[in-house]
Amino acid sequence: MWTYNKMLEYPINIKCTDPKLAKVIISQYGGPDGELAASLRYLSQRFGMPDQKAKAILNDIGTEELAHLEMVGTIVHQLTKNASIEEIEKAGLAPYYTDHGVDVYPSSAAGVPFTAAYIACKGDPIANLQEDLAAEQKARATYEKLIDLCRDNPDVLDPLKFLRQREVVHFQRFGEALRGVQDKLAEKKFYMNDMKQCNNDCSCN
Amino acid sequence: MSVEENRNCNCDNVENISENNCCNDNLREEMMEKIKSYNFAIIELALYLDTHPDDEKALCLHKKYCKEYKEVKDKYQKMYGPLTINYPCNKWRWLEEPWPWERGNY
Repeated sequence: MWTYNKMLEYPINIKCTDPKLAKVIISQYGGPDGELAASLRYLSQRFGMPDQKAKAILNDIGTEELAHLEMVGTIVHQLTKNASIEEIEKAGLAPYYTDHGVDVYPSSAAGVPFTAAYIACKGDPIANLQEDLAAEQKARATYEKLIDLCRDNPDVLDPLKFLRQREVVHFQRFGEALRGVQDKLAEKKFYMNDMKQCNNDCSCN
Repeated sequence: MSVEENRNCNCDNVENISENNCCNDNLREEMMEKIKSYNFAIIELALYLDTHPDDEKALCLHKKYCKEYKEVKDKYQKMYGPLTINYPCNKWRWLEEPWPWERGNY
């Protein structure tokens, strides 16, 4: 289970409204490589991991992604909170405003609503961890594009840079976890011979 | 709840401190910055230790930061209200604003 900490992982204090930036940053909230997809991907995949390190790293990175989801939501909220109707129209946010006002709704920059199709749980720890490595790289690349687009706004740039750095660290940790799983799967296997005895011990018979 | 118990509750005794004044805001911000720094250091070390559980130096640092985090967090919660619902209070201060998304510094 989780306990909420009434604080952000990294401070965000955006002084000027800028709905144009919110329109693109929302992609890291509910887009294909966003934080919602990341947290659900890792927290769902952890159930099927064969070794301790992989279970722990998926659990703990999945949890950190929830903190990042809150950070991205905070950026979007602070960029749109006091926006005028004219600013919203000028930013191309009229369609979003029609359905969601200035609430923070999980969708991509192009307006596609969040879908679980963004994540995979393949029933195969190697395939899952490889997907996680790719997901971290895609999230890093997305943050780099956002950093380009937000170059003139230091209040937004600072938390985006922090979030980008975290993707790099997560990639590193997933790589180590993948090597652990590969080693585990390559271990010599031992089989029980006395299957009859084994069955007799089973209380369900 | 008895009067005696009420007296023992830290969060009531310090209520006046949390009224707005400039110096107090600075102290609050400073303490929150420390809490965030320790919290981050603990997250980073925990992820590292997940894949390097035998690293003594990291384990030692993790222990140190956990202790310091708890100290400053307890002190902050006594003065400015709970940061988690696990912190006991006679008055329900969890409702007090700002929430994290409403104001950057604390």
